Amino acid sequence: MDWFPLLNSLRIAAISTVIVFFLGIFSAYYLARLPRFIKGILDVILTLSLVLPPTVVGYLLLRVISPKRPLGIFLNDFFGIRLTMTWCASIIATAIVIFPLMYRTARGAFESFDETLASAGKTLGKSNTYIFWRIRMPYCRQGILAGTILAFARALGEYGATSMVSGYTPGKTATVSTTVYQLWRLNDDALAFKWVLVNVAISAAVLLAMNYFEKRSMRSGGSLK
Amino acid sequence: MSLSVHIQKKLGSFETHVDFETASDPLGLLGASGSGKSVTLNCIAGIMKPDFGRIELNGRVLFDSEKHINLPPQKRNIGYLFQEYALFPNMTVLENIQAGVRAGTRRQKREAALEALERFHLQDVQNQYPGTLSGGQKQRTALARIMVGNPELLLLDEPFSALDSYLKWQLLWEMSEYLKPFSGDVLFVSHDRDELSKLCSSVCILDHGKSEAVQAFQEFLLHPVTLAGAKLAGYRNISEGTVHNGVFHSDSWGISVPCTDPQAKAICLSNDHLHSLRNGDTDIAIECSVICRLAEGDKDVILLHPKHGAQDAILCMNVSKETFFANNQLSVYFTPADAIILTSVSKTGE
Repeated sequence: MDWFPLLNSLRIAAISTVIVFFLGIFSAYYLARLPRFIKGILDVILTLSLVLPPTVVGYLLLRVISPKRPLGIFLNDFFGIRLTMTWCASIIATAIVIFPLMYRTARGAFESFDETLASAGKTLGKSNTYIFWRIRMPYCRQGILAGTILAFARALGEYGATSMVSGYTPGKTATVSTTVYQLWRLNDDALAFKWVLVNVAISAAVLLAMNYFEKRSMRSGGSLK
Repeated sequence: MSLSVHIQKKLGSFETHVDFETASDPLGLLGASGSGKSVTLNCIAGIMKPDFGRIELNGRVLFDSEKHINLPPQKRNIGYLFQEYALFPNMTVLENIQAGVRAGTRRQKREAALEALERFHLQDVQNQYPGTLSGGQKQRTALARIMVGNPELLLLDEPFSALDSYLKWQLLWEMSEYLKPFSGDVLFVSHDRDELSKLCSSVCILDHGKSEAVQAFQEFLLHPVTLAGAKLAGYRNISEGTVHNGVFHSDSWGISVPCTDPQAKAICLSNDHLHSLRNGDTDIAIECSVICRLAEGDKDVILLHPKHGAQDAILCMNVSKETFFANNQLSVYFTPADAIILTSVSKTGE
């Protein structure tokens, strides 16, 4: 059994989660400071990919990075890069799909933050960077951790958008989910079932990890307050 | 050491207009809840920005709307003790205190924090998190965290309001001990005159966002100037009314009192200034019916309803435990000189 699809799924999920971790947190942090009207509009745009079908996200992404479109032509002419049908395109697609999960959980966590602590930090002479990383983030770590794991789990299961921008090339862009579909289509039922089991095992492990962290942070959170 | 505050700030329909200056002694800001106390403190600390005005601390301009000066809170060098102390829950006591040290290398900061740990008697709990501390330890940690930064001004925002009375007494005493060596200004905000009286020698009343003139504390207790001041000083016998030809007419008590101040808006009497016997010829009588008798410490308080007054009017009179009255109809007397004349707005607030 060739394990490449598993490796590919894991690296796409890991890299896109890291990207979305920072993007989601900073969007949540800075959006909270905007005027209500602009905040409302940006909030809709940033959450849209959560409710759109992944195929629509994939289609829209293709319209941007396709080698026949301006950005794709630019990248190809100046850097010789072709994004479509590579595993890099999968990272972009996955990041877009999982971004709202991170953004919304981080936003919820920040909303529960006691702003008096930030004020206290300021009057003690602490910089905004210090207050963000040493006070706000530790206070909100429960929600942010839950959001990160949720985003990672969703990234592992991504199929629609990635298959549209990266297709299925064994050894290059194949992921667990696209492999299952291909094997089923080729009537290789036994191998498809093996991959299904692998997928179920990984998903269960991620959910177990999430529950573990939740319980642990609930315990330490109880003693901190 | 001096702080001068002249600011205006509008939040929704609520307008805060505060003017006061401190001398060297701790100043109390006394006001009912919603009178603009926290807005004032937040503006001084730099957490909120006033719409207009000027704030100066020891000759240093912290805020000036005309010159567009608005120092960030980090540069104001003001210690702010928040109501629930605002200790960082993810840091130990030692780390919290260390967070308050402003200058120096990492090692110097640690040494300064360790020194404060000792001064505030927190060595035993230095590695504990705030959630596990007692009220007194929390307060000492918060004070230590502020004091290691050597602030020029200390703002205390109702630090005792959520405590039960024994703990309140204990922490008040502790606070006054730990504040003794502090040479900077102290501004103590509260709605409770008893708390303020233990730490402050002068007081400034805040009423619906407007500040009144600064008064010495004892003077304020004996001779409040405004209606809001009399209520905050603890007077219960207060009657509004109007002045005509040198006579104050009280509608709620149904009496008239000679009064030379044409500005008078109300009069007030302490519980001790009402008597059941006539003391002099000029004494004024109020015919009352007794509502009930309450025990209050080593005295009793009799609640009375003036017969010719408003329906909801109530008078309070202190009597000794031994005094008894045969029936529930009673005439009470007071000397006009004992009545305190109140003007509803103070001079600075106008």
